[in-house]
Amino acid sequence: MTGPNSTAAAPPLLAATPVDISISGVNLSYGSNHVLKDVNLEIRPGEFFAFLGPSGCGKTTLLRLIAGFNEAQSGEVRVGGRDIARLPPWKRDVGMVFQSYALWPHMSVARNVAFGLEERPLPRAEIARRVEAALDLLGLSHLADRRPSQLSGGQQQRVALARTLAIEPKVLLLDEPLSNLDAKMRVQVRRELRDLQQRLRLTAIFVTHDQEEANTICDRIAVMNDGVIQQVGEPMELYERPANRFVAGFLGTANIIDGRMGGQGTDRRFEAQGLAPIPVPTTAPEATGLMFRPQDAMLDDPSGPDVLTLPGRIAQREFLGGTIRYVVSCSGREVLVDRPFQSAMTALPVDTPTSIHVPRDRIVWLTA
Amino acid sequence: MTRLAPAALWWSLAAIGFVLLPWHMQQDGLGPASLLAVASGDPEAASAFAQALRYGRWWFWPPLLALALAAPAAFGAGSRPARGAQLAGLAGAGLALVVLQAWTIGLRGWTMPSLTALFGEMGDRQFGIGAGGALAGIGLLFLTTEGLALKGRFGGDRFVAGAVGLIAACIALFTLWPVAVLLSQAFAAPADVSIAGAFWDRLAGAKIWGIACLRGGGACGVAWNTLALALATATSCTVLGLAFALIVTRTRFPYKRSLRLLTVLPIITPSFVVGLGLILIFGRSGIVNQIAESSFGLNLGRWIYGANGVWLAQTFSFTPTAFLVLIGVVEGVSPTMEEASQTLRASPNRTFRTVTLPLMLPGLANAFLVCFIESLADFGNPIVLGGSFGVLSTEIFFAVVGAQAEFGRAATLALILLALALAAFFLQRRVVGRRSYVSMSGKGDAGLPQPLPAAVRRAAIAVAVPWAALTVTVYTLALAGGFVRVWGRDWTPTLSHFARAFAIESGPSGLIWTGAAWASLFTTIKLAAIAAPITAGLGLLAAWLFSRQRFAGRTTLEFALMLTFCVPGTVIGVAYILTYNVPPLELTGTATILVICFVFRNLPVGVRSGMAALSQLDKSLDEASTTLRATTWRTLSRVVLPLIKPAIVTALIYTFVRAMTTVSAVIFLVSAEHEMATVFIINRAINGDYGLAIAYSTALIVLMMLAIGAIQLAVGERRIGRRQAAPAAAPALVAGASP
Repeated sequence: MTGPNSTAAAPPLLAATPVDISISGVNLSYGSNHVLKDVNLEIRPGEFFAFLGPSGCGKTTLLRLIAGFNEAQSGEVRVGGRDIARLPPWKRDVGMVFQSYALWPHMSVARNVAFGLEERPLPRAEIARRVEAALDLLGLSHLADRRPSQLSGGQQQRVALARTLAIEPKVLLLDEPLSNLDAKMRVQVRRELRDLQQRLRLTAIFVTHDQEEANTICDRIAVMNDGVIQQVGEPMELYERPANRFVAGFLGTANIIDGRMGGQGTDRRFEAQGLAPIPVPTTAPEATGLMFRPQDAMLDDPSGPDVLTLPGRIAQREFLGGTIRYVVSCSGREVLVDRPFQSAMTALPVDTPTSIHVPRDRIVWLTA
Repeated sequence: MTRLAPAALWWSLAAIGFVLLPWHMQQDGLGPASLLAVASGDPEAASAFAQALRYGRWWFWPPLLALALAAPAAFGAGSRPARGAQLAGLAGAGLALVVLQAWTIGLRGWTMPSLTALFGEMGDRQFGIGAGGALAGIGLLFLTTEGLALKGRFGGDRFVAGAVGLIAACIALFTLWPVAVLLSQAFAAPADVSIAGAFWDRLAGAKIWGIACLRGGGACGVAWNTLALALATATSCTVLGLAFALIVTRTRFPYKRSLRLLTVLPIITPSFVVGLGLILIFGRSGIVNQIAESSFGLNLGRWIYGANGVWLAQTFSFTPTAFLVLIGVVEGVSPTMEEASQTLRASPNRTFRTVTLPLMLPGLANAFLVCFIESLADFGNPIVLGGSFGVLSTEIFFAVVGAQAEFGRAATLALILLALALAAFFLQRRVVGRRSYVSMSGKGDAGLPQPLPAAVRRAAIAVAVPWAALTVTVYTLALAGGFVRVWGRDWTPTLSHFARAFAIESGPSGLIWTGAAWASLFTTIKLAAIAAPITAGLGLLAAWLFSRQRFAGRTTLEFALMLTFCVPGTVIGVAYILTYNVPPLELTGTATILVICFVFRNLPVGVRSGMAALSQLDKSLDEASTTLRATTWRTLSRVVLPLIKPAIVTALIYTFVRAMTTVSAVIFLVSAEHEMATVFIINRAINGDYGLAIAYSTALIVLMMLAIGAIQLAVGERRIGRRQAAPAAAPALVAGASP
């Protein structure tokens, strides 16, 4: 199968300047089920943005709200400054790619792509030109006369994308577009998506429950849980400085130790059950827990004075290829430590007493 | 290019109805002549505006004023919400005023004594609503929904608003209103008796509730007869249906496919055909009686006429219905549950008793109630076989057609029948609502259906096979009766009955359709063909609204529609003649009322096939279209309708077939001018002219078989075409459920 035709000249579609999206004070419930709780969000023009969260967190609801399929009880949705909250879907200039692709089985690929243009309506010659441009953009020209059922999953996905881009939407909404592809295709298509969005300079929103997809494609991510936006930020920022336990745990693996701040001034310290009090600088926030990533911890290697030390015993060992994950039992707690795999000789066997050392600057104080 | 806004269009339509067309019904229908008559001196032929202006019919001024005030909003002055509020308010008020004047001013002035007392004698009158009134009403209705949509109701979607308005108006006009009229008639009383007293006399009378038969003397009340018959029929049909369903789904019985054919029978045959067949076998001159008399000198008597015969006939008629319901139930029992039971060391017998049967119980109850309702509503079998054994549906008929034309009594009886049907309907809804046992998820049903325990299998075959044979015999003989001269006396094969029914002679001016049946056959086909697209269209629209749209009042509307489905045909028949005999809608005796009756009796067919087809279509297919700038209507016509084409064809043909074979409601509504095939046959059968009745039934059945065969061909092929397309959408149905 051929990929998008990257040698093509400047894309004929979408010459317009990208728009921003502003969502403020949105609340939505189905009966007593409060699905979106006071959602506020600013998406910058030309940004590739992700709604990330577990299933049932409200991310698809929020996307469908922007598309016009859900109506919020309160709040505004502005696209390029215009409030579209009361407009029906067909007046919103928003393109959407569905998880199922939603290609119409009774129309050929070209007819599928032409649909939105015929609805405008445009002159026939213009429709033909734009259909061709859209198919060309996604490397589908040779499939124009096929039926959707005769295409592979990846091809269907591209047709869905071409159909959406052909109408030159101001905003591109993608509802888990990769979930129906196999693992290999997923990596390929996600690169293509990113490439396409960059070339078209289009504001795009991507809904996913897969942090790897969000991290690799998107400029910024809004992590959602239980109808509330937990944190908005760039992927690395979210990983390094999660705002709360949910974000810490949802993006990557996290060791979290609950406790509380005690003492005053220079005597300030973090106290947790079964752990020696950890002195903390006066600037540290009023934390209720500390978090560090498994790969930031060392075993039996206190290579600096400024470390947190936890004595324990190796309870389990998982070989993951490049790394070994140790499950260390520290006074009733299980702490994960990832160490690079060097050789079978140096790997610690189960039941070895050990101590975990975490550099102070790798510790994230959690307040929520 | 500027197009006329829809609001302006509806406004103009209403204005034409008020100003240009004759408001009231015209004797000679609506032709060019009547249009000219608007300007003539006859007040009855004038438009509402002219009547108000020239003949002092002041009651037309308020709705005219409302329409005039709505003009600026209709032609697009002001912001959308403001226009919407004005349109909805003014057009809604106009519609209410039109309804009000139609309802309160009738043939003899005020329709209610209280109004006469309040305003004095009217001194004027009006006839039924005609073309002008209808057009004005339609215009105002859609102007109102347009206003509501502009205001932002129904998601701001004018198509959805209009569709809801249309369906609500149809239900109100053609179901709720007639049933309300029926209620009021049941309470109406002769002048000298108190209202409650008259109603109570009729309601509690011995003819309805008497239990003399239990004490061995005389006949029981018709209500008891009806109930006992319905219970007996439902029981026998459920048992037989279960036996058939088990054989078809759980055994290697060799003739399974032929058994499935049984399910088509009740669709293509008018309900009384079985009754005719039974008469030909067990009647006074039936085969069995003849043989018994000639070989053993036994006189078997007339046992078939009465409760036994009706019960037998209904069991024949409705077992296929139970069978159809129960196939789904038996197939719905997850084999893994039975496998689980067997791995826990339960014997096949024990598994059947403790797992399979309990799992099927709600389904069995549903089948029982479906047959119960069918039996209550059945008219054809009791009228042919009942004799002195009266049930509610036949008693209603005799009350209406009898010498005294006791409408009050008919209404009371209809009320009881309605109450019974509603009770069964609610019970059924509860049973079906709780049917969570049957595993609906497509997942995890890897197991194979367990074969039946030997004892159960033998029992099922022992019950079902003789019954199937008997069914075939009854149908065969019923049809054979059309080919002998006089059944029971003169067995000479003949085609004379067919000749009497369907003779064609070639005269000097072409063919002359001299057969007795042609007139009614042509009328029936014509009216059924008119009704079929309307029924299918309305039904699919309703199905689409209820399965795809969310709007305020949806559950209420859906419930009202479901209610209309359970009103028995005889009840609707009586309610229609009571309602449409007098203004404002004088439809009795017209072809229109027959078409309306067909449409509303068969709406469930359209709704169900639409629902089934739409549940197969992932919603994202519509949504993709709307994000590509297609409006709701465009989405419906370009995406949804092409994809559910098979359902449309099926709905069209089935509604046509059912309109051709229905008896219960139309028997009240036929007129000399518009005679229906089924009513013609019944009248022949009642007069003992079985030969002609059967010949005609045979022709009908063959016609219906052709129609059904045609869809099997057309739709069957489509389905293969769809299967290739299915994988594209299939994963979405499972995976697309995230909120």
